[in-house]
Amino acid sequence: MSATTANLLYLFTIAAFILALRFLSSPRHARLGVQIAAAGMLWAVIVTLSLERVVTGYWWMAAGIAIGSAIGVVGARKVKMTAMPQMVALFNGVGGGAASLISLVEFHTVWALNGDVGVERGVSTVFSALVGSISFAGSMVAFGKLQDLISGRPITYPGQQVGNALLFVGSIALGAVAMASVSFWLLAAAILVAALFGVVFVLPIGGADMPVVISLLNAFTGLAAAATGFVLHSNVLIVSGMLVGASGTLLTTLMAKAMNRSIANVLFGAFGKLDATEAAVAGGSDGATVRSATADDVAVMLAYARRVVFVPGYGLAVAQAQHDVRNLAELLEGKGVDVKYAIHPVAGRMPGHMNVLLAEANVPYDELVEMEQINPEFPQTDVAVIVGANDVVNPAARNQPGSPIYGMPILDVDKSRNVVVIKRSMSPGFAGIDNPLFYDAKTVMLFDDAKAAMEKLIVAVKTV
Amino acid sequence: MSAQLVTELTILVLAAFVGFEVISKVPTLLHTPLMSGTNAIHGIVIVGAIIVMGTPHPGLLMRILSFIAVVLASANVVGGFVVTDRMLEMFKKRPDEPQ
Repeated sequence: MSATTANLLYLFTIAAFILALRFLSSPRHARLGVQIAAAGMLWAVIVTLSLERVVTGYWWMAAGIAIGSAIGVVGARKVKMTAMPQMVALFNGVGGGAASLISLVEFHTVWALNGDVGVERGVSTVFSALVGSISFAGSMVAFGKLQDLISGRPITYPGQQVGNALLFVGSIALGAVAMASVSFWLLAAAILVAALFGVVFVLPIGGADMPVVISLLNAFTGLAAAATGFVLHSNVLIVSGMLVGASGTLLTTLMAKAMNRSIANVLFGAFGKLDATEAAVAGGSDGATVRSATADDVAVMLAYARRVVFVPGYGLAVAQAQHDVRNLAELLEGKGVDVKYAIHPVAGRMPGHMNVLLAEANVPYDELVEMEQINPEFPQTDVAVIVGANDVVNPAARNQPGSPIYGMPILDVDKSRNVVVIKRSMSPGFAGIDNPLFYDAKTVMLFDDAKAAMEKLIVAVKTV
Repeated sequence: MSAQLVTELTILVLAAFVGFEVISKVPTLLHTPLMSGTNAIHGIVIVGAIIVMGTPHPGLLMRILSFIAVVLASANVVGGFVVTDRMLEMFKKRPDEPQ
C-alpha cells in the first residue's frame, strides 16, 4: 500500500482519537471513548504493517510488540491507584524514548539512501530526537522522585541554571552540526546530551510540583511524536502528537494556575527548598494553642451535623484510607447528614488524581465537588474534615502576603462552623510552611494516622 | 519550503486547535484519565517504530535501535490504554439514582 493510501486509511484513527477525547467530557461515556481510541490504534498498526515501505523485520516486530505489550499489561494491571503518577510518567517516558529512536534510525536510513536529509526533514528530525530524549530522561527522574528512589525535595547546586542552559543549547548545537555534516554519531551524541538535560531539568523540581512536570512532559512527548510525523510524512502521527501536545499544554497551565505560580516559577523556582525554614519560623504559632480532640468528641460533632464536607489530601491516599472515609461518609449519610467531598485541583500527585482514588473506593463521582463549586458552601457547612491535606487549606494563601503560597486558590474550610484536622503530627505539608488553620479557635486536631482515625471514628459514630 | 511541508504544518495547526477545543471540555474530575489516555494516544509512535523496523537496514545496530523503539512504543500503547480503561471503569454514579 502506498503512503497516500495509508494516509487516507489513517483518517479512521484520527477520527477515533478525536472522538475519544470528546467522549472524555463526561464520565458516563468516557470508557467507551477510550475503547474507540484503542480500536483506532489497532487499525493504525494494521495499516502500517501493509505499507509498501515495510518489507522486513516481521519477527523482530512480533517479538518487540509481544515484549512491550507484556510489560504494558502487567504494569497497568499491577499498579496501585496511588502510584498512578509514576505509571503515567513511565509510559510517557517510553513514548518519548521511542520517538527519539525512530528519528535517529530514520536519519540513518535517509542518509544512507540519499547522502543527505535536507533542511526541512533535518529540523524535524533534530526536534523529535531531542525533545523525545528530554521527555524520556525527565520522565524517568520524575518516576524516581515519585517512587521515592530519588529525594522528592528539590536538588539544587551552584551554577545549576547556567549549567542546564549550556546543556540545552549544547544539545541543539550538536543536533544542528549533526544535520549540517550529516553525521549519525553526532546526532546520537546530541540525543545523549538532551537526555542529560532532561535529568538535570527535573532534579531541582520539588515533589509537590510534580502535577505540572508530568503534564509538561506529556506535552513534550506529544510534540516529539508530532515531529516524528514530519520526519516520516505521516499525518496520523502529526495529528495525534499535536492532540497530546495541546492536552499537556492545557493541563500544565491549569495546574500552574491552581498553585498561583507561573510555569517558569514551577520549573526553575526549586519551590519548597529555600523558603521552608524561613517561613516555618515567620509564620509560627505566636504562642497560639492547638486544640486536640478524641475520636469520640469528633464523632459527636459529625453525627449531629447537618452538613459535613471531607477534604481529602495525599495523606489519605498514602494511608490507603479512602475506603474508610467512604464507609464513614455512608454511615453519616445513613444518619441523615449531607456529605460531600471537596477536591482541590492539585490534590494528589497529578491533575485529577484524588478523584481517581476516591472513585476506586466507590465514592459516586457526583459527590466529588470541585473547588469553585464547594467554596461558597463552606459557610453553611457544620464540619469540614481535613484528611491528610495541608497546603490546599492553608488560609495563609489568602491573608499572609509574605507566605510562599500567598495567592494560591485554596479551599475555604476556615469559613465552615467547625474544622477537624486529621493529621499524624504538627509537621508542615509539602510546601514546608506552617498552617494558621491549626491554631484557629474553630479547629480541633485529631492526631492519628488517617486510616486509624477513620476506623476509630466509624466505631465512635456507631455508638453516638 | 515544499508543498508537502506546508500541508503538514496546516494539519499541525488545525490539530492544535481541535485539541485545545476538545480538551478544554474535559472536567477536572477526569484529568487523570485524560492524561493517561493522551499518554496512550502518543503511543501512536508505534506506527513510526514499525516503519523503521520494517525498512531494510545494512547494519545490526539500526535493527536493534528500531527493535527497542518497537518495545517502548508497544509498552506505551498497551499500558496506556489498559490503565486508562481500568481507571474509567471505577467512575460510577450514585447507585440509587436512575442512570
